Amino acid sequence: MNTLKRYRFFFILIIALVILTFLNQRLGWKAFQLTGNSLINMLFLLPPVLVFVSLLDKWVEKETLIKYMGKQSGIYGTLFALVLGVIAAGPLYVAFPMAVLFLQKGASIRYIVFFLGVWTTAKIPTAIYEFTSFGIKFTLIHICFGLVFYYILGIIYEKFYEGRSLLKYDLKEERSM
Amino acid sequence: MINGIILYSIAIILVSISFIKDRNKTKDALKQSWKMFRNILPDILSIMLFVGLSLSILTPSFISSILGEKSGLMGIVYSTIIGSFALIPSFIVFPLGDTLVENGAGLPQVAALMSTMMAVGVITIPMEQKFFGRGFAYTRNAAGIVMSLLFAYIIWVVMG
Repeated sequence: MNTLKRYRFFFILIIALVILTFLNQRLGWKAFQLTGNSLINMLFLLPPVLVFVSLLDKWVEKETLIKYMGKQSGIYGTLFALVLGVIAAGPLYVAFPMAVLFLQKGASIRYIVFFLGVWTTAKIPTAIYEFTSFGIKFTLIHICFGLVFYYILGIIYEKFYEGRSLLKYDLKEERSM
Repeated sequence: MINGIILYSIAIILVSISFIKDRNKTKDALKQSWKMFRNILPDILSIMLFVGLSLSILTPSFISSILGEKSGLMGIVYSTIIGSFALIPSFIVFPLGDTLVENGAGLPQVAALMSTMMAVGVITIPMEQKFFGRGFAYTRNAAGIVMSLLFAYIIWVVMG
């Protein structure tokens, strides 16, 4: 029953795909193929990233991470968030488990918000596409503005979540919802 | 593909090092990865299906028919809505945007579309919410929309 509930949205989408195929066979088939493709891409990215996250969890001490990404980490926190976000590969759903782990290990929410923001604006692989398609001016405006925006947003979130925990559930626990 | 090979190689190397140093810790870590994978799998599968649907329905000609050069403010509104719902892999976002501009879509509109595609995910909110809670998931996505609108405005002023 629980399993069924967790896959509810997935089934709704399957039904949507079936309806689409009925309305337009070519489009439905295309959607099916594209889904398959993105599944393969996901399998290239997500499992190794989850292995990194777990290894990091086992080997890196909380104190170490707090030193580099905690509240008092200063410039280190910003730099780490920036580097991690910039070298990122893949969609945002890969960043979420990483962000959860950093938070569990005592990273400040300020750097987590910045990290997610950098991930959505300034990933190097994506920036290369952006640069070749839209030129240097467009890319620089996008990245610089994005970085400033998310840096400020991080400060705002830190003020707002002062002393409150952000995490809703432990990624490592078996979920029963 | 090449990313995947690199990531898997690094993962295998790290797991081997970890295994040599501490067997049990490594076993725990791998078990934990598997649990995490199982926990997020339902959300991931829905996301994948939605990516397939987005990519098949939102063809360049369909989008550029909505986001013409003269679509103005409404064009920005439409592109923000489409971009917030659509889930398009980031390496496709910019080539798609390029095609849109060539097909006659306006640059600020395309800027808003691409920026929201990457920063906002209405469809991923349920997953985000499970990790960080409702408040965070909603406000982060709202902030992504604000960022994208400001960005589109800057592009309008500077490059329009």
